[in-house]
Amino acid sequence: MNNFIYTKAHSVQDAVDKVGGKTDAKFVAGGTNLIDLMKYSLTRASTLIDVNPIEGHHSIEEKDGGIRLGAFVTNAKTAYHPLIEERYPLLSRAILAGASAQIRNMATNGGNLLQRTRCYYFYDANTPCNKREPGSGCSALMGYNRIMAILGTSDSCIAVFPSDMCVALAALDAVVNISGPDGERSIAFTDFHRLPGNTPHIDNNLLHGEVITSIDIPEKGFCKNYSYLKLRDRNSYAFALVSVATGLELEGGIIKEARIALGGVAHVPWRGKNGEEFLKDKEPTRDNFAHAAEIILSGAIGYEYNSFKIELAKRAIVRNCIMALHPETQLPGAQPSA
Amino acid sequence: MILPYPIVPDVTDDGFDTQTVTLNVNRMKIELQILPWVSLLDALREYSDLTGTKKGCDHGQCGACTVLCDGERILSCLTLAVMKEGSEITTIEGIAQDGQLHELQKAFIEYDAFQCGYCTPGQICSAIGMLREGKAKTRDEVKELMSGNLCRCGANNNIIDAIMDVKNQGNYE
Repeated sequence: MNNFIYTKAHSVQDAVDKVGGKTDAKFVAGGTNLIDLMKYSLTRASTLIDVNPIEGHHSIEEKDGGIRLGAFVTNAKTAYHPLIEERYPLLSRAILAGASAQIRNMATNGGNLLQRTRCYYFYDANTPCNKREPGSGCSALMGYNRIMAILGTSDSCIAVFPSDMCVALAALDAVVNISGPDGERSIAFTDFHRLPGNTPHIDNNLLHGEVITSIDIPEKGFCKNYSYLKLRDRNSYAFALVSVATGLELEGGIIKEARIALGGVAHVPWRGKNGEEFLKDKEPTRDNFAHAAEIILSGAIGYEYNSFKIELAKRAIVRNCIMALHPETQLPGAQPSA
Repeated sequence: MILPYPIVPDVTDDGFDTQTVTLNVNRMKIELQILPWVSLLDALREYSDLTGTKKGCDHGQCGACTVLCDGERILSCLTLAVMKEGSEITTIEGIAQDGQLHELQKAFIEYDAFQCGYCTPGQICSAIGMLREGKAKTRDEVKELMSGNLCRCGANNNIIDAIMDVKNQGNYE
């Protein structure tokens, strides 16, 4: 880890001011990913600005019929919050499928959006990686790419975004609220993260010096028919090979609205809007879910070791949509129901 | 309590200053003179003579460094000590009270829940945190919520047995 100055911010403005023009200053909240990356010397900071003392963003509150998640609330407090468990159980399930209990007690909601890929080659400073060292090349393209992306990839990068929480937030149409040197702004969740293109080192559209202050979730929480399924090489405490968040709104046995988002398949939480459109006003049958899955995965490209993910993702979508019809059958760790 | 440290210079060669940090560990105040990048784990082990908390992977993957911070289980390896000024930290050294082992410590002995013992302090702190959270109802849920603590000896089944016993007895407060 490089040497750095540590300082606390006492207001959002104070935090923004403390970054000032320092391009190598960083904010720290939970630190679960940042401190780890700094220990590996994969990222550096001249100054760490602790945003935890900033008041006003440590709670979960009702807002315009929906919910506002404070950016500095921990993932665990969010997942177990009565309003979230009752009205947004999809979000609760997704958070609890990620990381370990200790990490969820430390990691914050804002930080969850900013975590970096777990691509092996990004973490191995001895190998080329366009995400870590722009222009150096991508080792994953021709490497051992079992965990890598199948949707939205580029010749520069096939890394995936690792969050579970964000897959649910994408499905729930969340909005990210940001404060920065030029004031406040909001970004739709699905516009927050970026596809790699030829700038894979830029994960999202947050600008330097901007702080995430809260995340809003609209009223519709799909609390009757929802499911989060996470498929991985071991049952617990591993990143997803493929994960699916599904919310269904049914009326008289017909799908009025469907939300499907995928994790572990792209550089961003992948929202399957074309498949959702197909399911509108259809019956919730296996065949219809399978057709939606075909549509969502239609542009998928497999690489040497991850082609299996295309079929896996299709089956996961079907399975998860069926589980969403019976959410009470879900098992701990977002495993498939029996 | 003020310990006879720092063991590092007040100022590094490149001009970074140490900071005075007061930690509340096991109901004791410990004043440390440390650099900002010292982890809570190192602050406990290297600066406070509290070596019960173990350094395993040092990257948040094994759970050996789990301590309780304001009653919640966290990873001390991914925590900067300077960020925990004013928090109540409990390590394995602070679990037993009045010369009596904690019920989980007794259960770990009874169920042969450790072999090399290296992961045990983290397992016990984590289990205390988990029982306080009150979210695990079934054995599967206990396994899931203890998955951040790895035992390389393979004593996991006995560890879960020990935790289930204490949980079922309900005598862990």
